[in-house]
Amino acid sequence: MTAIVLPSPDRRLLAGRDDIVAGLAGIVGGRHVIASAEERRAYETDGFSCYHAVPLAVVLPATTEEVAAVLQYLAERKIKVVARGAGTSLSGGAIPTEDAVVVGLARMNRILAIDYENRTARVEAGVTNINITNAVAPRGFFYAPDPSSQLACTIAGNIAMNSGGAHCLKYGVTTNNVLAVRLVLIDGTVVDLGGDALDAPGYDLLGLVVGSEGQLGIVTEATVRILRAAEGARPMLMGFDSAEAAGGCVAAIIASGIIPVAMEYMDRPAIRACEAFAHAGYPLDVEAMLIIEVEGSRAEIEDLLARITAIADRFQPRVIRVSKSEAETAAIWKGRKAAFGAVGQIAEAYFCMDGVIPTGRLPEVLTTVADICARHHVRVANVFHAGDGNLHPLIMYDPNNPAEFAAAEEAGADILKLCVAVGGCLTGEHGVGMEKRDLMPYQFSAQDLALQMAVKSALDPDWLLNPAKVFPLEGRPVAAGA
Amino acid sequence: MRGVITPANETELAAVVAGAARDKTPLAIVGGGTRSGLGRPVQAAATLSTAALTGVTLYEPTELVISARAGTPLKQVEALLADNRQRLAFEPMDHRGIYGAPKLEPTVGGVAAANVSGPRRILAGAARDSLIGVRAVTGAGVAVKSGGRVMKNVTGYDLVKALAGSHGTLGVLSEVTFKVQPVPETEATLAITGLSDNQAVAAMSAALGSPFSVTGAAHSPADESEPARTYLRLDGFAASVTYRAAQLRALLSDFGPADILESRTSASLWLTILDIDGLSAPLSTPIWRVSVKPSDGPAIAATARAAFTARILYDWGGGLLWIAGGEGDDAGAEVIRAAVRAVGGHATLVRAPDTVRNAVEVFQPLPAPVMDVTRKLKAVFDPAGILNPGRMYAGI
Repeated sequence: MTAIVLPSPDRRLLAGRDDIVAGLAGIVGGRHVIASAEERRAYETDGFSCYHAVPLAVVLPATTEEVAAVLQYLAERKIKVVARGAGTSLSGGAIPTEDAVVVGLARMNRILAIDYENRTARVEAGVTNINITNAVAPRGFFYAPDPSSQLACTIAGNIAMNSGGAHCLKYGVTTNNVLAVRLVLIDGTVVDLGGDALDAPGYDLLGLVVGSEGQLGIVTEATVRILRAAEGARPMLMGFDSAEAAGGCVAAIIASGIIPVAMEYMDRPAIRACEAFAHAGYPLDVEAMLIIEVEGSRAEIEDLLARITAIADRFQPRVIRVSKSEAETAAIWKGRKAAFGAVGQIAEAYFCMDGVIPTGRLPEVLTTVADICARHHVRVANVFHAGDGNLHPLIMYDPNNPAEFAAAEEAGADILKLCVAVGGCLTGEHGVGMEKRDLMPYQFSAQDLALQMAVKSALDPDWLLNPAKVFPLEGRPVAAGA
Repeated sequence: MRGVITPANETELAAVVAGAARDKTPLAIVGGGTRSGLGRPVQAAATLSTAALTGVTLYEPTELVISARAGTPLKQVEALLADNRQRLAFEPMDHRGIYGAPKLEPTVGGVAAANVSGPRRILAGAARDSLIGVRAVTGAGVAVKSGGRVMKNVTGYDLVKALAGSHGTLGVLSEVTFKVQPVPETEATLAITGLSDNQAVAAMSAALGSPFSVTGAAHSPADESEPARTYLRLDGFAASVTYRAAQLRALLSDFGPADILESRTSASLWLTILDIDGLSAPLSTPIWRVSVKPSDGPAIAATARAAFTARILYDWGGGLLWIAGGEGDDAGAEVIRAAVRAVGGHATLVRAPDTVRNAVEVFQPLPAPVMDVTRKLKAVFDPAGILNPGRMYAGI
């Protein structure tokens, strides 16, 4: 991962910017093309802000037809395209190259139809994740995947990255909750994949597109499942003296046949940072804390929490506290959901890792993560989704200290390699993007990658869509720079 | 190459496929063969069987994950899971009843390749949602993997989804990994008698739109001997099931009184729904599987009944219709497909004689741009076109 290379831009395209801007303005109107250097700068990076490149131009289409015309125009001129939702990617998924045009979906943010009888919502892809839930909440429904960035992130980005969230242990990730997409291919062809039914004929092209990181086409509309919310939900906190005890508790809960709606883990540095930030009442004298949430009626919740408490008692918890009020529940979750911001308060900057491990390997992996960070002389705080083994080590560094930045990148890479070595993977919900592109050979064989790249080539022969992401730059079937 | 080739491991499997690709020898791909009637008849010089690729390779109950080689009998995996009070969340249908093949054994690879999912799909997802990792040999004879053994994984393109439900036309699965779920303490079913199809779908929609986690919603319309029955399944801890059953009964009181079927009765009832036992005989009658949005189900049923003698079972809250019937050389394809086209959705001719399945599309024809993408994907995975050629569509 060290020193991610941004390919050098095609100077001819940069020189032809004015013509390209004029061409795009002819499609969407001049007001919706961003050409000035200072305004383009707003699109130079995303949530992975240590890397950036100011794009050639930004175009903001309002309809599928405009997206199709824009892609056709750009493809004919072999101009690279980076689709952008809200730009919250933590892996650099929305970072452009200097010779690429950003296609922003911000204007396509309408909810088109809500069908409670069949429990679906059809939306434009630029709608934010939370706005789907907000639209259906008055009837007691919600859209299940809930990334921490759900206030800002768009369904387009969620589909590109197959985003998860704290509650996907019970409800699944994006791919399990999307029924259809309208996809614009690089040549401007519009295809509808999936449908209103729970399955579709032919190959599962919808499943292939979800998680393809904007490299196979641009999604402009989606049909998602909406679910009726449980009657109630309540979290509890537990504090333990060791990662082993917390990890053992998680495994024992699952072995008992209970799948809580969420099981979140925080280590001592993360607890301290979040408590200082959110005043959630977290215990400060424990090595590991779990937030476990269950759902149902009041009686069901109390029964489940009693069962979980009985299991936890076998692991000598230092603290067990069940939320007693809405306010306490909100505070408990506020602390967890603010974890990234809270760590931002105690460090100049950090990398958020996203590796996944088999949950049984948790204690040894946490020990090794600590060793790795000590070896590289960087601080780390761990928050993660314990039920599914999705780790988020937050590696802190000073961006003004190049040596520390490099050390943090190396520590991150070592942690992700460790995840793969114990049977896990590089990314559970943030996507490969630019960040983990060069680590792909640790998880996949040359043959595995060749097949994925052949799929890319079949749908985007010139590799124009979301360049310089997902696959190492070396070994691509196209010229470097794509 | 002639007869049945049964490689002993993935390396042999890859060598066989690579050889067939070189020689452009079409291969029929089979696991247990229990679903060989599902799809267009395949013309192949040889049959490639995964029957010798057997064995559970990983099972971690506390991590809710199981891996098995593709030819492992499904019953072996299900028995091992049951020993640990776990199960496959997607409740795979057993097709032996409708194809009259009681002596064959379904395999885990076949379940994945056909994306076979049962009533619990409405809550727990389809086979493709539980399938978190695969190993497969492409039509070029290259062994590849996608996904893995952890619950969350967005590393690289999701080729697992492409392979799930591809009926052996993109690759030969050699190993599959599923996430699994605990078996709940108990289950119960509410049964309401005498609803019309429209009333039944309304009742099921109300139930599925309730907070009570319905895990099955099926409707058996009235016939000469039996009144209509609408079934709603709940599972979980006993006290919770009792509570939710009472709540649901109250919620649906406008639809009439509901009987509550206790655990054992409920479990055996849902096996008959899962395997559509009531529609399986006689074996000569065509069977259609229609997938639409639930509110469109009754119109499809009415169209089928008007055109031919049709016995119908609704699952998935009305969104899945099993239709036994269909007359003429096309087994009613023209009527069914026109009705499905009118509302959006798709129809599969699950059972019909080879002659019929040669003459009409088994799977819903795809719009031209989707077919174009389909052909491109096929060409990537199987450039020589040797894997189950024509099983899904002409050339696919």
